[in-house]
Amino acid sequence: MSDTSNDTRDPLLTMRNLRIEGRADDTWGEIVHGIDLDLYRGEVLGLIGESGAGKSTVGLAAMGFTRDGCRISGGEIRFDGIDLTEASEATKRHLRGARIAYVAQSAAASFNPAHRLMDQYCETPVQHGVMGRTEAENDAVDLYRRMQLPDPEQIGFRYPHQVSGGQLQRAMTAMAMACRPDLIIFDEPTTALDVTTQIEVLAAIRNIVEQFDTAAIYITHDLAVVAQMADRIKVLLRGDEVEEADTRSMLAQPREDYTKSLWAVRSYARAEQPPVAEGTVPVVSIKSITAGYGTVDVLKDVSFDIHQRRTVAVVGESGSGKSTAARVITGLLPPREGEIRFDGEVLPPDYRRRSRDQLRQAQMIYQMADTALNPKLRIRELIGRPAQMYLGLQGRKLTDRIRDLLSLIELEPDEYIDRLPSELSGGQKQRIGIARALAAEPKFIICDEVTSALDQLVAEGILKLLDKLQGEFDLAYMFITHDLATVKAIADDVVVMKEGRVVEQGLKADMFRPPHDPYTELLLSSVPEMDPDWLTNVLSDRT
Amino acid sequence: MSHIWKMVFKRLGLGFLTLFIVSLLIFLATELLPGDFAQEFLGQSATPETVAAIRRQLGLDLPMHIRYIQWLAGVLHGDFGTSLANHRPVIDLIGGRLGNTLFLALYAAAIAVPLSLMLGILAALFRNSFFDRFVNASALTSISFPEFFVAYILIFWLAGMGGMFPSMANFRGDPNFLDMLYRTFLPAITLTLVVTAHMMRMTRAAIINLLASPYIEMARLKGMTPMRVIVRHALPNALAPIINVIALNLAYLITGVVVVEVVFVYPGLGQLMVDSVAARDMPVVQAVALIFAAAYVLLNLTADVLATLSNPRLVHRR
Repeated sequence: MSDTSNDTRDPLLTMRNLRIEGRADDTWGEIVHGIDLDLYRGEVLGLIGESGAGKSTVGLAAMGFTRDGCRISGGEIRFDGIDLTEASEATKRHLRGARIAYVAQSAAASFNPAHRLMDQYCETPVQHGVMGRTEAENDAVDLYRRMQLPDPEQIGFRYPHQVSGGQLQRAMTAMAMACRPDLIIFDEPTTALDVTTQIEVLAAIRNIVEQFDTAAIYITHDLAVVAQMADRIKVLLRGDEVEEADTRSMLAQPREDYTKSLWAVRSYARAEQPPVAEGTVPVVSIKSITAGYGTVDVLKDVSFDIHQRRTVAVVGESGSGKSTAARVITGLLPPREGEIRFDGEVLPPDYRRRSRDQLRQAQMIYQMADTALNPKLRIRELIGRPAQMYLGLQGRKLTDRIRDLLSLIELEPDEYIDRLPSELSGGQKQRIGIARALAAEPKFIICDEVTSALDQLVAEGILKLLDKLQGEFDLAYMFITHDLATVKAIADDVVVMKEGRVVEQGLKADMFRPPHDPYTELLLSSVPEMDPDWLTNVLSDRT
Repeated sequence: MSHIWKMVFKRLGLGFLTLFIVSLLIFLATELLPGDFAQEFLGQSATPETVAAIRRQLGLDLPMHIRYIQWLAGVLHGDFGTSLANHRPVIDLIGGRLGNTLFLALYAAAIAVPLSLMLGILAALFRNSFFDRFVNASALTSISFPEFFVAYILIFWLAGMGGMFPSMANFRGDPNFLDMLYRTFLPAITLTLVVTAHMMRMTRAAIINLLASPYIEMARLKGMTPMRVIVRHALPNALAPIINVIALNLAYLITGVVVVEVVFVYPGLGQLMVDSVAARDMPVVQAVALIFAAAYVLLNLTADVLATLSNPRLVHRR
């Protein structure tokens, strides 16, 4: 990363008083309220903020691009002397891909499923007339190698679905480098990845940006990540700039309250609980479970217990079998071997053979509150239906119960009871998901990545609420997550899973204290920290 | 690739099962028609004795299930029986006409499929423009008129007034290929007008449906031209629904063109089917219906295989 005090040169990219409007229901409303930005050659600017802050909108505007339903309504965007707000479509097309490139959040969705990686790589240099097909192919192999992709000679001839998420993200960065652009926009490139994969992608991105001295705008909501990547950080909140400073001083002494609150989020932790007394019967106990789809075993000999008033965090990367374990416990996927006990009593493996009361006792809260709530039902029905079905509540009693539940999840009953899910924010939807689970008066709740789709401040509210409800109703939680910060905040016990097996399990305090199992060690050491030298140190430790 | 062959064989097997069920339905349906060949043939004034005699002679007096089994056994040996009306083997009656029907269907498809794909792509490219609206409106207009109306309008303009094309599409005097194309031009154009709208609108919709995908945004952010974004990035992913709607329309071109055949006096299967139903000439009706069903099954199978081949995720497994 280059010296940022080098202000004598002209900036590569400037934005002055940039205003962008978005359309909702046929009226235009401003979503970016006058952003100023300067970016010099070879410099990396971090753009951070919660969802709705306008990070991606500003990032795309740097390419003179707005998504459908958005328009630039004022201000100036100047890239290397060209005013992008005035430039013709053809001029902007010649810049995009060639001089300003884009790396999207989900490489899996942003690679075209119909074409091989190599064809998609070569498209940019060949169509922009930078080099011929053969030359581009050779160059791709070189960049794939620099991005530390396995089998760089051959990987380009695979289709996107044949390549893993972390590899795709690196292939996409290589593709963005194809024409050696002056500027790359990285739009949350590692958000969808596991921590152990994220660290490799971060290292590869940082490496290649330094090698070619490319300027970059790095968009993310993760402060620890941006601390590794950026020379300077700009904080956005609802389309306004909060503050901007170089990375080290921003981390050391944030000026604004909002920035400080972002920094403070990760400090929440639940009080430590003593270990469970010997001989207590666990609420849920699974023993030697082997289960899978088709001929493939996704879970291999998995056993763990969950006790009353305790939270067991099940941690692991995608594909480790966390969610499959939840499906086995709920009876959606009958296991091939092993047994599931509830309060000491063996449950039928298939949910269709469980009694209504057994079903009532175990409820579930999902990752995507958006898709887990029927968009056509009002809150009254969403929460009321389980209360009606499991507890037989009717009429006045039912309404009272719904209102109680809404108060429990800290939503004003009068205001929310007749709303539709589309009239709620992401955090509120997740609260409705919680109320729906509570409506059945369960003993045990499975929380499947319930905070991973939420902003940090909102997520923290949800964690606190879950904590409070557990104390009030003596609930047992199984908390599926890939985020170790969440584990620190909420868990009593931890189960670490890898490739369908339990690698390590025990009290949270033991898990975060060495010595660790090597895999747990890898997981723990891959979680980015707020220290700008963290990535460099971890990488040098590992080699 | 082996799983694709497996799929083809499985679907072929299911296709035969479908045809068997269809044959049963056809047989039952023809039984439900009021009257039979003997009554139709002899007319109102026939005495019950002569009707019974003819029935006995043709085997129409046997119980239904026996007649069905006899017919099915024949079909399985490639023998579709003989026509009740003129005592010629059904296969001879159908042979030439099947050729004619396929010729007209392919002719119309050769015009309609490229045309509707092109219009669909252009409409998606210039979506919500005047061009898009014009193409959509014209396509909807042509599909909204009944076929015979379109046919007569074309005859009026292109055969009657200008005299450029013949209004009767028959193959008398052993014409050569170009001559055949010339003579059947009007029915082919009529059918094109009827099927283009459906395929073109599906192409447009399938492409536009994908335009919000992240990979389309990516293609635009790579600086690709709008045409390239549509043709290279959206179209390959939109092929499955387009192929299916093309197959559906091809099947229609083979099985649903009775009206057009009648208007242009074209000797195709549709006319034969209608005439045979009127005469209660059951062996012919059953054979034609079975051919129609087979056309549907085969075209749908082809469409499924092609749609599968168009998806790399199904061809190149992990």
